[in-house]
Amino acid sequence: MSYFTLSLTLIFVLIPLVLSKTFNLGLERDTLVATIRSIIQLLAVGYVLKFVFESDSLIYIFLMVTLMIVAATHNAQKKGAAIRGIVAKVAATLVFVEVLTQSILIGFNITPPTAQYIIPISGMVIGNSMVLSILFLNRFTAEVETHQDQTELILSLGGTPKQAIHRQLIQSIKASMIPTIESQKTVGLVQLPGMMSGQIIAGADPIQAVQFQLLIMFLLLTTAAVTSILLGFLSYPTLFNKRMQLMKS
Amino acid sequence: MSIQYKPAVHFNHVNYSAGDTHILKEITGSFPEGKIITLVGPSGAGKTTLLKLCNGLLSPDTGEIYVKDKPIDNIEPVELRRLVGMALQSAPMISGTVYDNLNLPLELQGKKLPEQDALAWLHDVGLEEQLISRNVKDLSGGQRQKVSIARTLVNKPEVLLLDEITSSLDRTSLKEIEELIVKINRKYGTTIIWITHNLQQAMEIGDYTWVMMAGEVIETGESELLVNPANDKVKRFVRGEAG
Repeated sequence: MSYFTLSLTLIFVLIPLVLSKTFNLGLERDTLVATIRSIIQLLAVGYVLKFVFESDSLIYIFLMVTLMIVAATHNAQKKGAAIRGIVAKVAATLVFVEVLTQSILIGFNITPPTAQYIIPISGMVIGNSMVLSILFLNRFTAEVETHQDQTELILSLGGTPKQAIHRQLIQSIKASMIPTIESQKTVGLVQLPGMMSGQIIAGADPIQAVQFQLLIMFLLLTTAAVTSILLGFLSYPTLFNKRMQLMKS
Repeated sequence: MSIQYKPAVHFNHVNYSAGDTHILKEITGSFPEGKIITLVGPSGAGKTTLLKLCNGLLSPDTGEIYVKDKPIDNIEPVELRRLVGMALQSAPMISGTVYDNLNLPLELQGKKLPEQDALAWLHDVGLEEQLISRNVKDLSGGQRQKVSIARTLVNKPEVLLLDEITSSLDRTSLKEIEELIVKINRKYGTTIIWITHNLQQAMEIGDYTWVMMAGEVIETGESELLVNPANDKVKRFVRGEAG
């Protein structure tokens, strides 16, 4: 695609701007800011990726993945402000998920250990893990608050914190995993995944694009399960003190 | 109150705050073993907080609490909560049947309540045996409270804490629960500490009464104290002029 052709795609920015102005939606400024930010951020990432791919240095790969984890942790931890030490717990979860998935991919020789594979796949894994963390933390804090009487009931009958919070924990883990599972049920029927569509547009063989997409989808299933379960089991003990009392947030 | 009985629970200069709110102030006193003690006072007096301190759902900021003469901090939380059982005001149930709820205290210990024992507990609290397999969603308010009490009794507590368990019941259920409380006390010798807003109930059922206001124990004594209180604030409360 030439830069002239790319500039024509700004028509798709012009349409919402005109609609916003016509219907007094007041979204012109936000739309412009979003457009400019996406152009700058993506171009910057493009040049950084070009540099990293060409250098193929492990240090740059490590730095890129670290940056992704730091940004994702910063974003996700806001939803779990009530949980003590949430930054460390989210960061530990993301690091674990990244190490686990890359170890399997590289260890079993599924993908080569090059920047071209590690960085995009890490981006998808860490991004998905971040969304999962946000979904989990949102639901878990709400569950704990709503079902405080159930928690107190179990504690007052001599149950442990783990027993007292078990139902809320399971509900939150399930709730955060369901969107990933559900979206995979309709994939190919309702929507074509972005990565696969991108490969096909770029001229790749559709079957090869599907194979990579399947790899990513299965990877995201593991990411979903490991993220919510690990974050859940790291988070719940901080809701209680040594005397097995539910601490007020 | 001059107590000639061994204390089941003893408070010594206990203070408790939540944030900036001083909920309990310098609470000192004993709940005599094997007796029914009613806690009365206006809403926000700190009665529920006091109950939660008795079974370690909360810990005091300062002061000491003794259960059966042992400092409460020296008793493992799980052991303490089985020794000092609590029936909560809302009678929360786990989803499932009446049996599932009666089995809960043992399930938490990795054990199973034999069905015969579950039926015996139902009988004990005056519920029909066929309720054993009923879904708890289909129980009346009175039945839920009885199941809640039976469930607490499965742990065979020596002290039973009751938090306004009759506040939302009709007259018939209320009378049944009152009789049940007396029966538990007489049959098992269980010490019962009971929060109630019903002063008539406090006088009729309680052996002793604590009157609490704004986080302080204002007057204690045999429950007849409510007929003719010594303290002016309590007099106004009994006449319905406070709280």
